[in-house]
Amino acid sequence: MVKNIIDWIDARIPMTATYNRHVGQYATPKNFNFWYFFGSLALLVLVNQLLTGIWLTMNYVPTAEGAFASVEYIMRDVEYGWLLRYMHSTGASAFFFVIYMHMFRGLIYGSYQKPRELLWLFGMLIFLVLMAEAFMGYLLPWGQMSYWGAQVIISLFGAIPVIGDDLTLWIRGDYVISGATLNRFFALHVIALPLVLVVLVFLHLIALHEVGSNNPDGVEIKKNKDENGWPIDGIPFHPYYTVKDIMGVAGFLIVFCYVLFFMPEGGGYFLEKPNFEAANPMKTPEHIAPVWYFTPFYAILRAIPDKLLGVIGMGLSIAVLFILPWLDRCKVKSIRYRSMIHKINIAQFTVSFIILGYLGVVPATPELTIAARIFTFTYFGFFVALWVYSKNEKTKEVPTRVTH
Amino acid sequence: MKKLLIALVTLLPSLAMAASGHNVHLESANVDLHDKESLERGLGLFQQYCSGCHSTQYQRYERVANDIGISIDDMRSKYILNDAKIGDLMENAIPTADAAKWFGAAPPDLTLVARVRGEDWVYSYLKGFYADETRPFGVNNTVFPLVGMPHVLQDLQGLAVKQEDDTFVTTGGKMTAEEYDQAVRDITGFLVYSAEPVQLERKALGMWVLGFLFIFFIIAYLLKKEYWKDVH
Repeated sequence: MVKNIIDWIDARIPMTATYNRHVGQYATPKNFNFWYFFGSLALLVLVNQLLTGIWLTMNYVPTAEGAFASVEYIMRDVEYGWLLRYMHSTGASAFFFVIYMHMFRGLIYGSYQKPRELLWLFGMLIFLVLMAEAFMGYLLPWGQMSYWGAQVIISLFGAIPVIGDDLTLWIRGDYVISGATLNRFFALHVIALPLVLVVLVFLHLIALHEVGSNNPDGVEIKKNKDENGWPIDGIPFHPYYTVKDIMGVAGFLIVFCYVLFFMPEGGGYFLEKPNFEAANPMKTPEHIAPVWYFTPFYAILRAIPDKLLGVIGMGLSIAVLFILPWLDRCKVKSIRYRSMIHKINIAQFTVSFIILGYLGVVPATPELTIAARIFTFTYFGFFVALWVYSKNEKTKEVPTRVTH
Repeated sequence: MKKLLIALVTLLPSLAMAASGHNVHLESANVDLHDKESLERGLGLFQQYCSGCHSTQYQRYERVANDIGISIDDMRSKYILNDAKIGDLMENAIPTADAAKWFGAAPPDLTLVARVRGEDWVYSYLKGFYADETRPFGVNNTVFPLVGMPHVLQDLQGLAVKQEDDTFVTTGGKMTAEEYDQAVRDITGFLVYSAEPVQLERKALGMWVLGFLFIFFIIAYLLKKEYWKDVH
């Protein structure tokens, strides 16, 4: 009976073939480590954001008069509305944490290298859209930090010569941030950008399954196949990585739920304290700080004295990640078999990124601005150095089989 | 990986410092949200002394009554001071426009003040009024310099006068210093509750969720181990 139904469907759309290609018979390297949990976790968090977002939308009022009160209505009068809201707000921070870990994995194991350049580009586009999604979502509670954070970021576009002022006007739909801005950000946040995000995630997965997963050794498992054409170092995604990822999900949820139930404000970093005060265009908060996941780029912006150059610098700090596959000219992928200078370069990049993140949170002082300039220099220095030494890098011998 | 962890560990304390902002010394409020009698006293004091000007407009009388364990009748007879219904939001008595005219700025809504400022700030603020002839209402505040409101609790606390050695001497109140501390703690507790009424339920539910997840993790771990036995 069940078989008949499946045959009937398979004769009309390639259901079984698709399942086998992407799950049942997808050859996955058997040596995945801790870092490989974050891809499936990103998908989990995306689903969490989409579902909780739909239910929040049912009670949220996207007007300047009603937005702030409707969030408190959700927190108090909607059954388990507080849970939905905290799942969504904690999920936003979790999304960036998981994505940063996922990108770091790609960085250390060379997952962006040929033939995975397009996979990396789709991933970078996801990151870019996610930043826009998070930025617009942050305006919706209509708190003080929502309002003034958006004010600061949108004014950055004003630094662009000639069209700058008209551009900010076009983005806001008003001369100041107002209900018009809130309405359009709401539309983009709940419909346009999630659609783009889902399409990009789909393309990211198609690209992944076309070229196959990289692994901590950076060895192409497709080069060693048995007589049936199955990679010797590969195992089917299901059941091996489905059960492993379930374990990863459980571990992740322990941390996620600890934050959600016991520190939903995340020490003032996931939900900033001034945002519990309704937006007031007449009163500027003493210290406007973006949410933690934007602060490394914000620190680069502030480090550069000229406003236009600062905006360009911030744009470049993200844009340069797109061309990473072509900056790295080394044929060896994994950090395990690359030179000491590459290991040091990745370590200094990691430290620079984290310190820039810290500097973007605190108010700028002359000393801290100098520090921000130094680490902006080392941030970009990573890419320049990589391009220089990777051409003739002294690498170790890469094994033909994965180590497991 | 190790470097990353070390960097994180050394950075965290300074991050925490940055988050706290102001450097004014705050007294610890030591609020206990399980102490329902304290919350009820806090509600009473708030309604009597504060609610004339300050609303707590995001919460409803009925929910407050249920959460802090007072009967609907008591809520109606003791704590609803205007003609509001039990299911209404707790709005203030005077129109915002009038208040803005009298005080120079509209008295802010206080539903979420404990989340914006922190409970210790609220507690210290309520204890921080002192005599200052240069101010329109004759008082200033140690944690909120140039505050724009009178010392509403003056008949309870009395008036603190700054001495030459920068200490304060308080006289003329109906309460002793200890009684006043407790009264202020009651009000602070009520405002901490108001800022997030679900916080006790949230933590209680969180324990169950985490308990479930730990068991689930163990089962998931064993399942993974079983399946991966044949991967060599």
